[in-house]
Amino acid sequence: MTMDADNKKREDVCPGKKPAEATPLIQLQGARASAANGTPVPAPLDLATVRAELESTQGPEYWRSLEELAGSDEFRAMMHREFPKGSSEWLDSVSRRGFLQMMGASMALAGMTACTRQPLEQIVPYVKQPEDLVPGRPQYYASATMLGGYASPVLVESHMGRPTKIEGNPDHPASLGASDIFSQATVLEMYDPDRSQAPAYLGDVHSWKAFVEAIRIPMSGQKAVDGEGLRLLTPPISSPTLADQVRQLLQMYPKAKWHQYSPLHRDTVLAGSQMAFGQAVETQYKLENADVILSLDADFLSAGFPGSLRYTRDYASRRNPDGNMNRLYVVESVPSPTGVKAEHRLPLRASEIETFARGLAGTLGTGPSGVVSLSVEAGRYLEAVAADLEKHRGACVVIAGEHQPAVVHALAHAMNERLGNVGHTVVYTDPVYASPVDQTASLRELAQDLRAKKVDVLVVLGCNPVYDAPADLGLHDAIMDSGTTIHIHHGLYRDETAEICHWHVNSAHPLEAWSDGRAYDGSVCLVQPLIAPLYDGKSAHELLAALMGKSTITGYELVRAYWQGQSKSSDFETLWRKSVHDGFITGTQFAPKSVSLKAASFGSASNAAASDAAVEVNFRRDPCIYDGSFSNNGWMQELPKPMSKMTWDNPAWIGPAMATRLGLKSEDVVTLEVGGKKIDVPIWIQAGHPDNSITVFLGYGRRIAGRVGTGAGFNLYEVRTSDVSWTASGGKISKVGTTYKLATTQGYQTIETMTVNRPVMREGTLEEYKGNPKFAQEMTEAPERDFTLYPNVDYKDPNYNKLGYAWGMTIDMSSCVGCNACMIACHSENNIAVVGKEQVVHGRHMHWIRVDAYYQGNRDNPSAHFQPVPCMQCENAPCEQVCPVGATVHSTEGLNDMVYNRCIGTRYCSNNCPYKVRRFNFLLYQDWETPQFKMMRNPDVSIRSRGVMEKCTYCIQRITVARIDSEREDRAVRDGEIQTACQQACPAQAIVFGDQNNPESKVSKLKAQARNYGMLSELNTRPRTTYLAEIRNPNPELEMHMQHAERG
Amino acid sequence: MSTQDIVLDREGLAEVPVIEPGHTLASVTEKISDIVLVRPLSIGWVAGFLACASLVGVLGVAVGYLFYKGTGIWGINIPVGWGFAIVNFVWWIGIGHAGTLISAILHLLRQSWRNSINRFAEAMTLFAVMCAGVFPLIHVGRPWLAYWLFPIPNTMGVWPQFRSPLLWDVFAVSTYATISAVFWYTGLIPDLATLRDRATTPIPRFIYGALALGWRGEARHWHRYESAYLLLAGLSTPLVLSVHTVVSFDFAISIMPGWHTTVFPPYFVAGAIYSGFAMVLILAIPVRAVYNLKDMITERHLENAAKVMLATGLIVAYGYILEIYMAWYSGPKSIDWFTVHNRFFGPYAGPYWALWICNIIIPQVLWIKSVRRSPFLLFLISLVVLAGMWLERFVIVILSLHRDFVPSSWGMYYPTKWDWATYFGTIGLFLMLIFLFVRVLPMISIFEIRMLLPEAEAKHK
Repeated sequence: MTMDADNKKREDVCPGKKPAEATPLIQLQGARASAANGTPVPAPLDLATVRAELESTQGPEYWRSLEELAGSDEFRAMMHREFPKGSSEWLDSVSRRGFLQMMGASMALAGMTACTRQPLEQIVPYVKQPEDLVPGRPQYYASATMLGGYASPVLVESHMGRPTKIEGNPDHPASLGASDIFSQATVLEMYDPDRSQAPAYLGDVHSWKAFVEAIRIPMSGQKAVDGEGLRLLTPPISSPTLADQVRQLLQMYPKAKWHQYSPLHRDTVLAGSQMAFGQAVETQYKLENADVILSLDADFLSAGFPGSLRYTRDYASRRNPDGNMNRLYVVESVPSPTGVKAEHRLPLRASEIETFARGLAGTLGTGPSGVVSLSVEAGRYLEAVAADLEKHRGACVVIAGEHQPAVVHALAHAMNERLGNVGHTVVYTDPVYASPVDQTASLRELAQDLRAKKVDVLVVLGCNPVYDAPADLGLHDAIMDSGTTIHIHHGLYRDETAEICHWHVNSAHPLEAWSDGRAYDGSVCLVQPLIAPLYDGKSAHELLAALMGKSTITGYELVRAYWQGQSKSSDFETLWRKSVHDGFITGTQFAPKSVSLKAASFGSASNAAASDAAVEVNFRRDPCIYDGSFSNNGWMQELPKPMSKMTWDNPAWIGPAMATRLGLKSEDVVTLEVGGKKIDVPIWIQAGHPDNSITVFLGYGRRIAGRVGTGAGFNLYEVRTSDVSWTASGGKISKVGTTYKLATTQGYQTIETMTVNRPVMREGTLEEYKGNPKFAQEMTEAPERDFTLYPNVDYKDPNYNKLGYAWGMTIDMSSCVGCNACMIACHSENNIAVVGKEQVVHGRHMHWIRVDAYYQGNRDNPSAHFQPVPCMQCENAPCEQVCPVGATVHSTEGLNDMVYNRCIGTRYCSNNCPYKVRRFNFLLYQDWETPQFKMMRNPDVSIRSRGVMEKCTYCIQRITVARIDSEREDRAVRDGEIQTACQQACPAQAIVFGDQNNPESKVSKLKAQARNYGMLSELNTRPRTTYLAEIRNPNPELEMHMQHAERG
Repeated sequence: MSTQDIVLDREGLAEVPVIEPGHTLASVTEKISDIVLVRPLSIGWVAGFLACASLVGVLGVAVGYLFYKGTGIWGINIPVGWGFAIVNFVWWIGIGHAGTLISAILHLLRQSWRNSINRFAEAMTLFAVMCAGVFPLIHVGRPWLAYWLFPIPNTMGVWPQFRSPLLWDVFAVSTYATISAVFWYTGLIPDLATLRDRATTPIPRFIYGALALGWRGEARHWHRYESAYLLLAGLSTPLVLSVHTVVSFDFAISIMPGWHTTVFPPYFVAGAIYSGFAMVLILAIPVRAVYNLKDMITERHLENAAKVMLATGLIVAYGYILEIYMAWYSGPKSIDWFTVHNRFFGPYAGPYWALWICNIIIPQVLWIKSVRRSPFLLFLISLVVLAGMWLERFVIVILSLHRDFVPSSWGMYYPTKWDWATYFGTIGLFLMLIFLFVRVLPMISIFEIRMLLPEAEAKHK
């Protein structure tokens, strides 16, 4: 698990902040140098217009639009003016490559000419090589990424001063080395060429100095009135430094107001703890101690749920059928990966979950007793769950999801208390947010103040309320009509809010700036920059300091000074260096807090009476692009959503029963009417979705996101109002009659779709496993090894395989929670291209590892299974035999190697691959031109050209590094020394890689397990990647009923 | 297979002659060579040629755009990595089979009726192989490196991988193309000399003269010619069987359900001859009408070709039925049964059943003698058979790939306009070459027809 010390040289000083001669940003400055030669005089059709046109095109159609645009006469004329030398390229055909070169330069140019002054920086090569920096060897720095106000501790891989990959921080309990999709994707976010590249006033580019100058008078005006007209809007923050700065600001301007809002707020969680304990507390779960877990609409295994990485690890640690297996019950309103993993899943409409919770609390003897109306099935489920929870007092846990109303949270607290779980499986601490408030109310107040024209200075810090605020608050108009003297937007992108604010200040990315934040357990993680800001962005700390008149102070000084102030230690320098090195400040996690349950009144069932006929509308965050902040992130757009395998869009989910009743098919467009507002969205029929309920996902339909995100999907914020954060009742849907093409990477498939005697996915219950541990192996018969005319390769023969390694992998499907972290990690590690929606529709996505989802049984409540599928690295590889040019060959260590340079692209190998894990560059998918992307890529992995086949390599570049290291040190590669990217990211530790020739290695031991099987091994492919069959631990009582119901 | 039919026909020679009576040695020569040397350009020919040439233009654009953008302009994807390119390749190669069969095998079997159509069938073979040869080279992802498929010594360390059926293909097809061209040219030499001698203007005389390689019609020349031609016929004969057998290995050697079948080699060869004869008829029927050659390409030829089609069509039907039987025999839960079931009822059931109708059901009318002797009906049936054989390759390539072992990776293949443009472009190329051929070379072998005349018979005896 722990990485080799050599691999993980961490620095306590950020490379970007080293003196300029130490880390020259050659690429960046090269771009600047070329920019300086460009002519800044705007022509009639200038670059800005082109950019505007580009921005107005949809992400997936981007390249097509570019070419269309490039064909226009005006454009050609403009290019002549801008590039007299290169314009001859346009005289022959429109070469995409040439065009991209131009555009790459002109994009950079457009950003650069915008600056009023070119910074004078010199490119100086190393005179003396910095210590520890070996060219070609990456360095790792501890830092943190932020999501929803919670910090994720990470290690950032840096190649010669360029951050290229995010890994989890193995030393921090919130990560233990794992990382989620959002952390991983921040690399691409940082290099996103569409990021805002300069401060702007009314859309025109200005300098930071001009901004500082511009705010001086309004701010001093505010000083005179104690900040009466000053409003600060931020997302909820956990950063102690930032919170302290806000406090200072509020001291300086006592009448100013601080508002916090995130569209994915946790208001109900806060209100629930207020209701139960009379105070705001953070709830943490210790799932490693839980024998029985009940989730009330809590998708705690998915990224975005605070602590999900740790929860996944702890949950998965109890999935070994040879150990003490836990049991998961999930009652949920929207199918989720957590529901997939449940032994027993009960789909209920969101409002019915409250009824269920009340009923369960009543049965357990806490909270309101009384009759609740539930279906027979739900009633039986409730009884079984109650009995199971009672049986495991002190070793069970009830988790309520943030989309459930406060009362469900309060009931969960009460049940955990009643079941004696507090202190064992449930721990309460101080809240992670520096100042938890009811965010919806906070934003509403701001909107009212804006309307009442009480606001003179509005500072919007790192959020995009014009896009994501509840529709009824009308924030766009409120800001436009407020008559505010000055509104300031600070963010990574010139987004919808930036568009209407007077001033926009481009933010530094977390990988470019100093900051801090708290992880879910309260520990303080330090964010350190890995590179000097690409576009001279300013962090929130620096902006706040500027508001207080300290425009020259740096983020580094601010963060360090704050912690120096907090430190009681005499030797702050040592503490600081250690903390920056570790990525967190030891001992800052919150201590468990003892809270006592109020004699609470849980009120009467509020909307339990919701009639069956009314359609409920659930608003949920998108599993990949979150609240919309990742919408310009190609990796995330193309990442198949865990349940639907949908990419690039957010269709509304309905259940199969409802679809049949309404005569709807997937891809039909419907008009959704809720709260008096209407929107047209396409439909996706999601198996397991409760009836009479529709789920829509937020974050899409961005108007101004960038070339990738703009225009993709549908903006459901338009129908979300402030009184219904997560669930609205009384929705109506009506068929429009048109259809909308959706891009999925996998159709709806059930296990039964497959011919039964070739089960690719094998699973059984604990009982079946105990009865016959080898059940999975016995489902098919693999041919005998010696059943061949030809000699078998002996991978243990030192004459053949000199070093004696035989690399192998196991994937434990009991553990896998389908979180997709492996897919994004692979994307990032292996420089995989994003192909766009149209190509995904054609079936040409490029993921080297995919997570297949199979459903089983009744469509209204199926059981489902995840199966990650990388290359199987078959010893008898069908692909190798058919390649006419020997571009895919076998290594002596048993790997199926791909020689890109030799590939001519017959695609025969892919046709003959029974697992279909090979990916082909049908077009030139890689962006070879954009300078930012050149900096982002992993230099150890080649960029594939068009016409070349590619596939999973078991991260051969990592194997090679370890092999070289071991040879230099004259030793064997240690078990665990090599982690593939997917393995390293996996929070469930479902993927294990190692040397299967070494009987002591972890992978050998797993392969020796009875439930280890090779997918399609009956084809005699002898896969090196094998699976551990999924074992479930159902409640026998319920299982009987379920089976009965299924038969019925 | 077809030998018996032919023998029977030979017995009935008096009833249906190979050429109509009334021809003399001189009239045969004059009639055939005048098409090339005397007949003026007709509007019909020019229009047809230009129409086909414009299709070649389409092919040029399609291939040019393909080279510029990449194979992504086609409908292929993962899992369907091969699409129209391979379908068309196999289709064209199959069509090419009739020529060699007619020229070589029938020559060895002394089926002299073939003399009227062999030249023409050989030209067709050559052009079909050219059309086929386009596809393997352009369908690769990096066509500028397609030469790596050939074992050319180099310093890059690039060497073909000889276990791959695609490589066998390269050898099979290139050998076939070479032998076909040589065979065709050898057969042309005496006629080129005739054209040289009859040409009235200097340029054709020079060109035909150069091509005739100094043929003077000496007994020594004839002796050597006959030996060489017989040897080449002997060389070509195994190729008729081997080329399509090797092409079928592209599929049979793989492990994909629907491809991995031992019945493929014979059934591919039969299918190839089936489509080849259909193409011969499609070309012969209009040509004999337009150039008034009904006396040389008689109903007897048409009928014989129809009989060959009927026989090979039945072999193809046997192949289809055997595939279904094998799947059934593998058991209802086997992947093979799933594949067959998917062909019957899956998303591409339409093309599959159309294949049955075109290839098996409609051609059964060839059992009727009057149909076999009706040029119009034969023309229609041949078109249907060609469509059917194309569908067969579509079914084999696409239906087998689109749903294989792992359901999560299933997909669909929809041809794009570029797929169609390339396909129609090669049809244009083929027809354009045929148009050229009938105007610049004797489309019927003059000297061989002369041998069929009673005078020749008498001399031989």
